[in-house]
Amino acid sequence: MIKFFLMVNKQGQTRLSRYYEHVEINKRTVLEAEVIKNCLSRSKDECSFVEYKDFKLVYRQYAALFIVVGIDQTENEMAVYELIHNFVEVLDKYFSRV
Amino acid sequence: MPAPIRLRELIRTIRTARTQAEEREMIQKECAAIRSSFREEDNTYRCRNVAKLLYMHMLGYPAHFGQLECLKLIASQKFTDKRIGYLGAMLLLDERQDVHLLMTNCIKNDLNHSTQYVQGLALCTLGCMGSSEMCRDLAGEVEKLLKTSNSYLRKKAALCAVHVIRKVPELMEMFLPATKNLLNEKNHGVLHTSVVLLTEMCERSPDMLAHFRKVSLVPQLVRILKNLIMSGYSPEHDVSGISDPFLQVRILRLLRILGRNDDDSSEAMNDILAQVATNTETSKNVGNAILYETVLTIMDIKSESGLRVLAINILGRFLLNNDKNIRYVALTSLLKTVQTDHNAVQRHRSTIVDCLKDLDVSIKRRAMELSFALVNGNNVRGMMKELLYFLDSCEPEFKADCASGIFLAAEKYAPSKRWHIDTIMRVLTTAGSYVRDDAVPNLIQLITNSVEMHAYTVQRLYKAILGDYSQQPLVQVASWCIGEYGDLLVSGQCEEEEPIQVTEDEVLDILESVLISNMSASVTRGYALTAIMKLSTRFTCTVNRIKKVVSIYGSSIDVELQQRAVEYNALFKKYDHMRPALLERMPVMEKVTTNGPADIVQTNGETETAVLETKPPPSGLQPANQANDLLDLLGESDITPVIPTAPTSKPACAGGELLDLLGDLNLTGSPVSAPAPQIAQPPFLLDGLTSQPLFNDIAAGIPSITAYNKNGLKIDFTFERSNTNPSVTVITIQASNSTELDMTDFVFQAAVPKTFQLQLLSPSSSVIPAFNSGTITQVIKVLNPQKQQLRMRIKLTYNHKGSAMQDLAEVNNFPPQSWQ
Repeated sequence: MIKFFLMVNKQGQTRLSRYYEHVEINKRTVLEAEVIKNCLSRSKDECSFVEYKDFKLVYRQYAALFIVVGIDQTENEMAVYELIHNFVEVLDKYFSRV
Repeated sequence: MPAPIRLRELIRTIRTARTQAEEREMIQKECAAIRSSFREEDNTYRCRNVAKLLYMHMLGYPAHFGQLECLKLIASQKFTDKRIGYLGAMLLLDERQDVHLLMTNCIKNDLNHSTQYVQGLALCTLGCMGSSEMCRDLAGEVEKLLKTSNSYLRKKAALCAVHVIRKVPELMEMFLPATKNLLNEKNHGVLHTSVVLLTEMCERSPDMLAHFRKVSLVPQLVRILKNLIMSGYSPEHDVSGISDPFLQVRILRLLRILGRNDDDSSEAMNDILAQVATNTETSKNVGNAILYETVLTIMDIKSESGLRVLAINILGRFLLNNDKNIRYVALTSLLKTVQTDHNAVQRHRSTIVDCLKDLDVSIKRRAMELSFALVNGNNVRGMMKELLYFLDSCEPEFKADCASGIFLAAEKYAPSKRWHIDTIMRVLTTAGSYVRDDAVPNLIQLITNSVEMHAYTVQRLYKAILGDYSQQPLVQVASWCIGEYGDLLVSGQCEEEEPIQVTEDEVLDILESVLISNMSASVTRGYALTAIMKLSTRFTCTVNRIKKVVSIYGSSIDVELQQRAVEYNALFKKYDHMRPALLERMPVMEKVTTNGPADIVQTNGETETAVLETKPPPSGLQPANQANDLLDLLGESDITPVIPTAPTSKPACAGGELLDLLGDLNLTGSPVSAPAPQIAQPPFLLDGLTSQPLFNDIAAGIPSITAYNKNGLKIDFTFERSNTNPSVTVITIQASNSTELDMTDFVFQAAVPKTFQLQLLSPSSSVIPAFNSGTITQVIKVLNPQKQQLRMRIKLTYNHKGSAMQDLAEVNNFPPQSWQ
């Protein structure tokens, strides 16, 4: 199950956040900061799946924007990876010049 | 009041803020404007304001005052209002707020709206944040929509149904009839959501699962999957050349659930799985995603072996791929399958070991776990070499896990004791400070077990800490060993290695520097001090030096050290005659799961226990001998004379009723507590009873019996039972001697069937004088919770007329009152 979907820029500012499970509002900012810290610290050669607390993060970088999806153990990580890309392509088609 | 700014303006303004404080200021200003606008009940701009509020909420600022406004928007007739209103409801409201119930009516009306988009909005919102009450009320509407022909609505209704089922599982049956036709759709959206709905139903209820298996869902799914693979290019669903991979993955997952533990379903899907596995393009990530899901499915269902081999080969291919993601995924799956298909995974062992050297942290962790799972008797040497090399170079977060893993593997598969000890030494020296605390006692126990390696071990440990004594676990183990086997160290004998010449002073030097050093933890210092103390019996010429060291620490600031030093000092002064016995060599420790040894005689030397008690030398050495006797009595026990504090229990053979003292004995669990009777044990088992077998409320007189009468030796049993604790019987035995010569070294031993528990207390003496002029009394306590018939086998050994006598007997004539 997808727990959350984030779009965060390199400076740590949240551009989009959607939580599919209730998370307290103050915990959200903390979560986002930690997640982005995790993703930023990884180099380009490392794989896109990170284990964070009790779920996994799948992230993908597009220029200065990170798209991070938090999933639990039942999901296929690679399918989610493709989903992120699909999402970006849809946005691109819809809004052009994303 | 000027028109409120548009959302885009707001976003632009906020982006220009350079610091967090600036941003907060802007947002607060805007919030105030919005709040006053809400108060004015302005209908035209309400949706704009709520949109801005939602944006600010997303950035992390509180926005609860907008909840009611969302409700007003939902109630409005304009689509733009409804849209924002529902979005706001999804983001701001959930079942924790009371106002959400006000929405129910609105949603109900909108579910029946003429415009499908409004219906869609309502379904979406309900599926996102509907509480159980709302779901119960509206489930009927959702089910109706699930049956419409409008595919836009159908797919949304399916997802909403998933949420309803999650919230209110009892409503699952309501949706069952609608699912019959779901898979006949052409529209992929509907197919996808239907598969999700079916998956949810099958996961939640085994009845549903059985139902779907019967309704031959599997052939339908297989057909759909086949169409997806075989059909040509379809621009709508194409992702990098593969047609709707998301749907394929979903179907594969549902197949997995259906096929688990079910032969028929698994058979039906064998072909399609093989087809997917072979036909999917692997050049792009998409194809690999599908293959991954396929592999997971194959491993989970009851597939034939050919298919399993195919799956593992796919994983092997993944491992060789350059893409990190794929390698990670492969390692994860291999970890799951290594339990079941061990041999197949072994084939890829070398690749896995290579992954240990990868740069990526996630991959390294997976590779490490997998390597530990693959170690077996054949490859242990090679694997250990790799793992030790990995331990050298890996990140600190891995070292603890790696060290523990290596210890476990070494214990299970060590080809020789020397190799085992070498490996342990290597781990201690490379990752010494990361070793877990519980590893130290385990190691010590291991070292004591390998008796012939003591000299070698202590020599290597000594050399290791000579150079560097900062790694605490290493120093602890080393000090313990030096304390125990210091004599071997200075005597310069060592078969395995070139013996080094060490003098007693040098050994004491190193232990003292450990004591003094700032790097040593308090626990380590305790170890060192105790080691020095033990050496006082093993070394000959440096006893004075040891005395001096010990007395210095009598005034140490560290309470732990001070206590030890004071007690050791006392040992030197007042109990010097006992010192050799107390500081004797430790016996081989029995591997008990909870704790180390509990040899009462030598708790002195047991450094794991915090507080030291100087026990007066009990009949400690004697019981050890008697322990050996009874253990011999009880058959082939390779259990060493350890005296646990566990309740006493006499084991019985697998046969059951009659105890065969000389036959095979199934000594279960902790070591036999037979020696226990000879030492005054706390009556753990028979609480509240003192060693005097007198009850305050004795049951009416139970007749005593003569248990044994042969060769002039007579043994009588007298019974006592308590009214308050009827499962306990106290037997007092009296042994008398009617011959004309004394019987000396008399030992009475007893064993009872498995359902009983026995406790033997100390005898009054070991000499039975002749001519019935005196008796030996001994107390036996028997716990008989199941009130079964008492039976006992006894063994008597004594010296008579200059020769050693031994006899076995069975006592069957217990009076019924003693056990009923």
